[in-house]
Amino acid sequence: MKKNKVFRPTAFAFPYLAVTLVFVIVPLILVMIYAFRGEDGGFSFENFVHVFSEEAYRTALLRTIGIAFLATAVCLLIAYPVAYILSQAPFNKWAILALLFVVPMWMNFMLRILALNNLLSMLDIPKGLLASVIGLVYDFFPYMLLPIYTVLSNMDKSYLEASRDLGASDFKTFWRVTFPLSIPGIISGISMVFMPIFSSYAVTDMLGTMSTSIIGSKIAVLFTDPITYGDGAALSFVLLLIVLVTMFIGSLISRRSAKPLKGGSKV
Amino acid sequence: MKKNIVSLVIKWAILVVVLVAIYMPLALIVVYSFSGARNVGEDFGSFTFSLYTNLLSDEKLLKATANTLIIGLVSALLATILGTTAAIGIHYMTSRKRKAVDAASQITVVNAEIVTAMGFFLLMLTLRDTISLPFDFGLVWLIIAHTVITTPYVILTVSPRLKQLNPNLLEASMDLGAGPMRSLITVMIPQLLGSMISAFALAFTLSLDDFVVANANRVGRSEAIDTISTYVYEGIKLKLNSDIRALSTIIFVAVLAVLIVVNVVKNNKAKKNSQHQ
Repeated sequence: MKKNKVFRPTAFAFPYLAVTLVFVIVPLILVMIYAFRGEDGGFSFENFVHVFSEEAYRTALLRTIGIAFLATAVCLLIAYPVAYILSQAPFNKWAILALLFVVPMWMNFMLRILALNNLLSMLDIPKGLLASVIGLVYDFFPYMLLPIYTVLSNMDKSYLEASRDLGASDFKTFWRVTFPLSIPGIISGISMVFMPIFSSYAVTDMLGTMSTSIIGSKIAVLFTDPITYGDGAALSFVLLLIVLVTMFIGSLISRRSAKPLKGGSKV
Repeated sequence: MKKNIVSLVIKWAILVVVLVAIYMPLALIVVYSFSGARNVGEDFGSFTFSLYTNLLSDEKLLKATANTLIIGLVSALLATILGTTAAIGIHYMTSRKRKAVDAASQITVVNAEIVTAMGFFLLMLTLRDTISLPFDFGLVWLIIAHTVITTPYVILTVSPRLKQLNPNLLEASMDLGAGPMRSLITVMIPQLLGSMISAFALAFTLSLDDFVVANANRVGRSEAIDTISTYVYEGIKLKLNSDIRALSTIIFVAVLAVLIVVNVVKNNKAKKNSQHQ
């Protein structure tokens, strides 16, 4: 009896906390140690200076940001209309229809990219930027579609009826009511696509050329040689900062987009 | 009225075009898995199962497939156990502690995969240098890595169900004299089983999909552990055997079958529930 009193339910989380400490926190600390360790073993910015003075890494970083922007934008431009149509009558009657759009997501992505590679070479689309962006969009489309579709189909339809009853046109209803309400879905879609592209070098390596090689590929190569571990860790640290910045911007936008409605309800 | 029909036609057209774009590559692979042609799109030749029989003798590919399944199943099982117990523990924490733990568990979810992979790699190097490991634990290391990466998704899947349960259940069980393990197994787990199965499926597919961590794990090993992902990535440089088409087809059909079964079961349950009411 006494023994049971001593045990608190929170203790069930201890194994996970231990695992997180050893396998999540410690590795991040190791990345930082390697990034900020100079040749003499002391603290220095050597690796960062080295990485940023190298033209190849600078362009790879900028190129990655550019490709990620482009692929995310194309994903959004295709996924939004599809999600919008699927959430409307008569299409929302068949749940299976929406499911069809995300089935490939459950299959190994490398096999999907291989299949796409076959089609592209059959269509005589050469390896390069176009093929890489098609590959990234093909890979990440479901991750953009799902959150937007979820938000749109859970939306309270009475807002739309109210807007129409008050005389707004279909377009105006969409632009002033539906779209603002779907921004949280768009934000979570973007966050599930934009940052992961930085690491999906398998796609750009398989469908692209040296000139489309992204930063994830460079980092992976740097970690194959002990001499360049420091440079690889420095680039990893830069990616870590980019992750933090994009998360911050994301939370800022979703907080802002939530405000007008709250303010409006007070009036 | 006429305008409605036009807009309906346009909507169908958009959906069909996107669906065709999604399924065209997969359909080609499925069709050409029954052809001996070297590449998709070439002369089909005659209908044959030769790629499927070749698959049985492609030892490297079979090994990679076996590795992928072993890593997926074991790591998903470990992640489900670790994640479920973690979710229960977090559920009973004060809100300040809960926020801190949630933030820590989000690290691998939001971080760039390549950074996570490199962190694991550096940890492995450090461990190898400080405590000289008795064996080359490539497969075990990948299982550990996948468990760590997928556990946060298990927590995210199980936590909502936990919030619906009566919070006094666990305490009641322990007050009545059951030990923590017994309370966990006989009181908590039966009620969380449904969400645990979903969590297991999610962890398994995430593990199957991984390339970045598995590829980083190949570096500097006397015998590299290949998964399907790394096998295809390495193979595409050296001209892949066409029997990969047979494997793709099998996996695609298996995924489709599982999804259909899951949906039918779900629909039946929903129907039963609505009948009860």
